[in-house]
Amino acid sequence: MSTDTPLDDRTVAELREIAARYPQPRSGLLPMLHLVQSAQGRITPEGIEACAEVLGITAAEVSGVATFYTMYKRRPVGDYHVGVCTNTLCAVMGGDAILERLKEHLDVGNDETAASREGDTATVSLEHIECNAACDYAPVMTVNWEFMDNQTPESAVQLVDDLRAGREVRSTRGPRICTWREAERVLAGFNDGLADEGPSAGPASLVGRELARENGWTAPTGGEQRKADDK
Amino acid sequence: MSDPIETLTPVLTANWGDERSWTLEAYEAQGGYRALTKALGMAPDDIISAVKDSQLRGRGGAGFPTGMKWGFIPQDNPKPKYLVVNADESEPGTCKDIPLMMASPHTLVEGVIISAYAIRANHAFIYVRGEVLHVIRRLQRAVQEAYLAGHLGKDVHGSGYDLDLVVHAGAGAYICGEETALLDSLEGRRGQPRLRPPFPAVAGLYASPTVINNVESIASVPSIVANGPEWFSSMGTERSKGFGIFSLSGHVERPGQYEAPLGITLRRLIELAGGMRNGNALKFWTPGGSSTPLLTDEHLDVPLDFEGVGGAGSMLGTRALQIFDETVCVVRATLRWLEFYKHESCGKCTPCREGTWWLVQVLARLEKGQGTEADLDQLLDQCDNILGRSFCALADGAVSPVQSSIQYFRDEYVAHLTQGGCPFDPAASTLFAPAGARA
Repeated sequence: MSTDTPLDDRTVAELREIAARYPQPRSGLLPMLHLVQSAQGRITPEGIEACAEVLGITAAEVSGVATFYTMYKRRPVGDYHVGVCTNTLCAVMGGDAILERLKEHLDVGNDETAASREGDTATVSLEHIECNAACDYAPVMTVNWEFMDNQTPESAVQLVDDLRAGREVRSTRGPRICTWREAERVLAGFNDGLADEGPSAGPASLVGRELARENGWTAPTGGEQRKADDK
Repeated sequence: MSDPIETLTPVLTANWGDERSWTLEAYEAQGGYRALTKALGMAPDDIISAVKDSQLRGRGGAGFPTGMKWGFIPQDNPKPKYLVVNADESEPGTCKDIPLMMASPHTLVEGVIISAYAIRANHAFIYVRGEVLHVIRRLQRAVQEAYLAGHLGKDVHGSGYDLDLVVHAGAGAYICGEETALLDSLEGRRGQPRLRPPFPAVAGLYASPTVINNVESIASVPSIVANGPEWFSSMGTERSKGFGIFSLSGHVERPGQYEAPLGITLRRLIELAGGMRNGNALKFWTPGGSSTPLLTDEHLDVPLDFEGVGGAGSMLGTRALQIFDETVCVVRATLRWLEFYKHESCGKCTPCREGTWWLVQVLARLEKGQGTEADLDQLLDQCDNILGRSFCALADGAVSPVQSSIQYFRDEYVAHLTQGGCPFDPAASTLFAPAGARA
């Protein structure tokens, strides 16, 4: 019943390429598993065997690693995997309300993929996530691990509907959202050339710096700056 | 101590927001990589001395002196030395390294090169959590640019020094922010902490001498090399020198990143952040993430340095200031943190694996207004049986919110019991509360 895409020669060659980045090949296992997800849409038995063979370890050892980390999925996720932070601060700021609304709207439980509606061009899955290091933008969501800052239940519903309808969605601090499989390829260390998209920083990252500028506050002049001033 | 610290000192955050600040071109245009040139003209031991003299203490939470850590690397050990940057920023409330790497990845890369040169490592790694795709793109691109510019690779700028740097994405595990779990993860294993000793300086990555430092610590190194250790130590307080990024989140008017000398107070930071949201009263806050015991409005004037916060019964941690106003139920907040620790416990040590599970059971009952007041003593007893009894600090962090919330808000726990449920309206705490929450 499996409908997994078989691993092709190119992917196997890339698994070897990842292992070769490290002084000891096994260090490549985490990015290799990301590549398996990119190629096959989840961690498959075939992908586990392939990693084991490349690294000369057992499939059980690879499975032990794959089951430890939450980003590795045994079941396929949607084209767009939507995360809602429900750790304390985001939960309090509205994350709990957002997650409840999305569960209801998508009619899914945690870590499940919503059924496609007529006219949908993409699928969406939903997961409650832990702190994603963006607390100054609470409540925070992610789509395929891109930041969606300062969300509300209404904006969250709009977001998943846009994703399902194939409308363009941009990260609030990054590029147009790529698919989950494309994102997994970047995590495997294969850059997609989108680093230059998006701003330098979101507004909350800059509040202290702007305040310092308005007030003329700076760090003391150091050796290097003094030399420059003397010139 | 001298005058209270009142103003901000942008150093690491100074170029954030600049046009294309993440590129090599923009970074070099504002003086980037000049510290590297200076460092390559210095003896490695002199760089270690400069970092020691600056009195920089680790910015990842523990506050261990960075230069001293570097000095522990046994240079007579014939094995390769490694530098590993801990970019697995996951401590609830902590959100400083991610914007740093997004806005100015080259600050970190330059710091890596100088630090690796100082400890004589030819391989360095940036272990970044996997859930921050765009940050990873920018790190990958910055490393690629640094290779092309000759800052990395064979014979860096004709110095005879070789350095390879790999950006390594994690896969979702809070525990990998613990340094020895991170090393196991970087070796391609489950991220489970190791028993120490041996410490990583002696037997770290591949059982070789390894320095593992936080992003902000390593990113501070170029400024120390460029401006001198006295410049760095002219900021801060007697035993907590320099600047740090203070991350304000929650119920303040302008949450965000505020870079200031160590020793600034929360009172001043809240003022800079435009005050509390809607003029509400401050109820409780974390000084350095959820693993640091909660403080209250009694502690607004505590100097936010290692000694000051320690003296108030908490820890400076990562300066992750999560601010909660009077609308927030402390029992709900604590339960949610404990659910997190339970989920993230790696399962290696029984007191943590089982203990966090039991804490959640008891807290969940209390939050619903069930149970009795004796459950509070039960919680504290469980905490005593968890604290200090596991390999790593995750378990110690897990008991912090429980113990401190009972210490300061015992009455609120009791109110849940007497009222048969939570007395708070969760909608009132939300960002969209003024417009009316529709949960």
